[in-house]
Amino acid sequence: MLIRQLSMFIENKEGRLSAALKVLADNNINISALSLADSDEYGVLRLIVDDADKAKQALSDSGITVATNNVIAIVMDDQPGGALAALQLLSQNGISVEYMYACIAKVTGKAIMVVRADDCQKADKILGDGGYDTVDPGEFYRI
Amino acid sequence: MAYLHEKIETMPREELKKLQSERLVAQVKRCYERVECFRNRMNELGLTPDDIHGIQDISKLPFSYKNDLRDYYPYGLFAEPMENVVRVHASSGTTGKRIVVGYTENDLQMWSECMARMLTAIGVGKDDIAQVSFGYGLFTGGFGAHGGAEMVGATVIPMSSGNTALQIQTMIDFGATVLFCTPSYAMYLAEEVERLGVKDQLKLRVGVFGAEPWSEDLRQEIAEGLGLKAYDIYGLSEVLGPGVSCECEYQAGMHVWEDNFIVEIIDPDTGEVLPEGSTGELVFTSLTKEAFPVIRYRTRDICSLITEPCKCGRTHVRMRKPTGRSDDMLIIRGVNVFPSQIEEVLLNIKGDDITPNYQIVVDRVNNTDTFDVNVEMSEAFFTDDVKSIKKLENTIVEKLRSTLGISPKVHLVNPKSIVRSEGKAKRVIDNRKGKI
Ligand SMILES: [Zn+2]
Repeated sequence: MLIRQLSMFIENKEGRLSAALKVLADNNINISALSLADSDEYGVLRLIVDDADKAKQALSDSGITVATNNVIAIVMDDQPGGALAALQLLSQNGISVEYMYACIAKVTGKAIMVVRADDCQKADKILGDGGYDTVDPGEFYRI
Repeated sequence: MAYLHEKIETMPREELKKLQSERLVAQVKRCYERVECFRNRMNELGLTPDDIHGIQDISKLPFSYKNDLRDYYPYGLFAEPMENVVRVHASSGTTGKRIVVGYTENDLQMWSECMARMLTAIGVGKDDIAQVSFGYGLFTGGFGAHGGAEMVGATVIPMSSGNTALQIQTMIDFGATVLFCTPSYAMYLAEEVERLGVKDQLKLRVGVFGAEPWSEDLRQEIAEGLGLKAYDIYGLSEVLGPGVSCECEYQAGMHVWEDNFIVEIIDPDTGEVLPEGSTGELVFTSLTKEAFPVIRYRTRDICSLITEPCKCGRTHVRMRKPTGRSDDMLIIRGVNVFPSQIEEVLLNIKGDDITPNYQIVVDRVNNTDTFDVNVEMSEAFFTDDVKSIKKLENTIVEKLRSTLGISPKVHLVNPKSIVRSEGKAKRVIDNRKGKI
């Protein structure tokens, strides 16, 4: 299953990141996964939240540049080599991963990896055929 | 009062206007016959020289623009054959964007006279030793000041710009009493003089500074630092060079030599002539210039005129220090930069006609201009990984560099983070004023 992810442009200035998070808190939006990629001057904050539409609207209204796109959340065994195997499966099938980040799973012994691939639909199918569980949106938001 | 040509400088205004009218009619006829660009513009408006009877008709005439000089580069706007042109000057600019102006023997004479009137007014004459530290060369500053100083009989030191230590040594050794240069260089000289502790060895008493905007505060600092009285001068090579207008001994605005030029203040957006005392764009018509005359030349300088009589007895109108440029042209590290050029680059960056909000910030740090462009990251530009944002940033820098000839620092910023006033974003923040 594909999951909608929010991406935000965040200037590397004091208070910008917290301003974005405050908008979400004020709107009672819960964050399930978060990653921040940055350079000297700006960063991209990526979030998976329980209500993507509401969050996008609220962020946009607050003057924050926000986009949504699809990612896959792969459930894997929380053990050495767990992530590697999943990535190898994708690359063997010609899928390239643009970025990925881990998030905490509430199920003991499992880990969740959020992956953005060049072709998420295809990646999702390959992972499913390869025996991986991918988290579906409703489930993810309850993590 | 000391005048170079008392009769002309104090001519009653009615008489002066009559003189302008006669000269305008003749100049329009001359340009119509000799300058293709002007003739075409007149024809487009359905005008012939017969429609112009005097200065009351000036607003009928078409404007001319800096771009015309580029379009007709190098000699296409000259009204004299090259055999009568004895000098050219050119403005710096990015490659292929230079402009060229020309002078006949009479033009050089007139130019020197314009400068000499000022020098006479402020008491510069035979007993003076004038160090000309404007650049000599294609730039009009050095030669313009030189001609005027020679005409009043001063001893001229044709120093040109640069080599500060030698400049100061020369001032001391040669006993310079008058200094010509840009205000920012004057300030730099003042600092060096202070550092070397040689102020008491200087004989300077008068400084003539121009060719760039400067503040009253800077005037005070220069005056103190070099121990001289600092005068302001205005000019642009398209109209003449330095000396189009100059301060008199009362330092209450710069007299425009109206026997040679007609000055108008217009609304830069509509082109309408504005009522007396209004602030608007300065427009010049050169009445006596032979080689390269201009009719209603748009300077892009924003300014106002003072029509009340001056205490010095000169009847020629005065202009205040220009407060800005109508199209916000910036000179950054010596290169002309128009916000419109930046807008065009940004518009084409994605190939889909999106202009992000942007702001240019210019400052001066350690005598060097800093040049930053803030671009708001709109959703149209946003991609969700840092690599492609970095790529976008590099693309903007590269396109700006190739368009402008200098590289800005580009910063991608949050939408709506660029300050707006009355709904409009302020495009240019120039923090250099008064700094050197
Ligand atoms: Zn005066």
